[in-house]
Amino acid sequence: MDSEKQKNKRGFLKENKWLIMRRLSQVLILLLFLIGPWFGVWIVKGSLASSLTLDFLPLTDPFILLQSVFAGFITDGKAVMGAGIVLVFYAIVGGRVYCSWVCPVNIVTDAAHWLRHKLNITGSVPLDKNIRFWVVVLSLMLAPITGMIVWELVNPVTMLFRGLVFGLGFAWVFVVAVFLLDFAISQRAWCGKLCPVGAFYNLVGKVSLIKVNAFNRDDCDDCMDCYQVCPEPQILKPVLKGESKSTLINDSACTNCGRCIDVCEPKVFKIGWRF
Amino acid sequence: MTKEEKARRKFISDTIKTVCGVSLLGMGAGLYSNSASSLPADILRPPGALKENDFLSACIRCGLCVRDCPYNMLFLGKPEQKVATGTPYFIARTKPCEMCDDIPCVKACPTGALDHSLTNIDDSRMGLAVLVDQETCLAFLGLRCEVCYQVCPIADKAITLEKQHNIRSGRHSLFLPRVHSDYCTGCGKCEQACVMAEPAIKILPHRLAKGHIGDHYRLGWQEKEKAGGSLVSPDAKREYNLPEGVVYDYETGGVTEKDSPFSKNPMDTLNK
Ligand code: SF4
Ligand code: SF4
Ligand code: SF4
Ligand code: SF4
Repeated sequence: MDSEKQKNKRGFLKENKWLIMRRLSQVLILLLFLIGPWFGVWIVKGSLASSLTLDFLPLTDPFILLQSVFAGFITDGKAVMGAGIVLVFYAIVGGRVYCSWVCPVNIVTDAAHWLRHKLNITGSVPLDKNIRFWVVVLSLMLAPITGMIVWELVNPVTMLFRGLVFGLGFAWVFVVAVFLLDFAISQRAWCGKLCPVGAFYNLVGKVSLIKVNAFNRDDCDDCMDCYQVCPEPQILKPVLKGESKSTLINDSACTNCGRCIDVCEPKVFKIGWRF
Repeated sequence: MTKEEKARRKFISDTIKTVCGVSLLGMGAGLYSNSASSLPADILRPPGALKENDFLSACIRCGLCVRDCPYNMLFLGKPEQKVATGTPYFIARTKPCEMCDDIPCVKACPTGALDHSLTNIDDSRMGLAVLVDQETCLAFLGLRCEVCYQVCPIADKAITLEKQHNIRSGRHSLFLPRVHSDYCTGCGKCEQACVMAEPAIKILPHRLAKGHIGDHYRLGWQEKEKAGGSLVSPDAKREYNLPEGVVYDYETGGVTEKDSPFSKNPMDTLNK
């Protein structure tokens, strides 16, 4: 009760600054792809799988390209450069920045989590958070076995984005499935336990330079607000409880979404450099 | 059981569960991929597309080819369609390929799923036009149609017209469209243009459109030409068991009647 009053005093914008910026980023990226087909102004062409910005900057999803390599195809095109640029970018800003600032599915799973919380649904099938890495292995192994990029047949991430830009078709079924999974069956299951795209970027982000820092952890009053909003709550405890020496949230599962900074009343968190 | 042992057991059982679950998922996806890997016959790939198997490992489903096609005739497969999700295709009957000289779709492809070595659009082989229904094709009925012939961008090469006597009327010619696989790119213009309610000429994938004579076959006349002369020379004199009055002439190679009732000069016959 107390903290709620306090928050109201801080104001909506302050409490949701990072969330708002994130949503803006996600929507803006989508709009960049859409103003071409809508208005004939071509700033960005293609989709998240591979795009060309201003007829000059190629960007390619390294995970899909890697599947293509595993399926036995060596590209001779711009895709290599595009994937390189993307890898370097996420290696610097944090791999899972893709999840919280770009991926459209994040909006869906966040919504599922929000509704779950609002309706006080507590039952949740426990899933191991490492399943997603197995799914990465699986999607890479299936490629040579079948000789095709199999994961892209079912990947809700690319399916939703491509659908929004090129026409959805029945892709919404996959998106609704993800929503229902997170909402009714297991909390934060898709992004937190299963999605291989997030897991792949998680691995990319191992070396990332930008990190959330619980620099002020001594002021933590155990309100648990950050645990409630964090998409990967298991990474908070070691840092907040002083189990780790550094105050950096070093686990690369962190999506750098900044939601903890938003909700924390005593201002424990800030975003900063790794070093 | 000690605490460590409990933890270890839990770890092992969790790992097994995870691996089993993920394997199940994999089997499902693998089976699904199987059904998604064969392209229906009426769905065509853009120019330069690799063979379907290779294409499905090379195309990263970005849609750049779709975007750069000035005629907006390429589309990306949706999950409910019988084409691998997100891969580009077109339907000849609704919107065929206009065979752009600069082939922007191929240039746009970031991976080479559309083969960058294709530089002359006339060399593309998206499929092969086949006059699938000779029973309804207007030209075969003796009507002057030839629309497919007129619209074909590889003029007078990919489709030619063959004249044939019209037996039904006895007085006219049939102008029969005939496709030549050496030239047809499979662009689909002919199928789109066919005036019938259901086209008589359709673009089929090569695997369905082409026969194959068999590698062990040798065509006599071709072999003869290659060898620069008959391969069974000198032509042996044959023994035939012929009916009475019929002779086999070794020199001219013909079988003729010895005493024809007709004189060599037709006038003799008429004057008889
Ligand atoms: S985990 Fe997957 S679905 Fe979730 S935000 Fe990241 S990429 Fe998107
Ligand atoms: S050649 Fe031209 S019309 Fe044909 S698919 Fe490519 S861009 Fe489209
Ligand atoms: S541009 Fe190439 S990789 Fe992209 S969708 Fe077209 S064929 Fe596939
Ligand atoms: S598909 Fe038809 S129009 Fe196109 S090249 Fe072949 S015969 Fe000509």
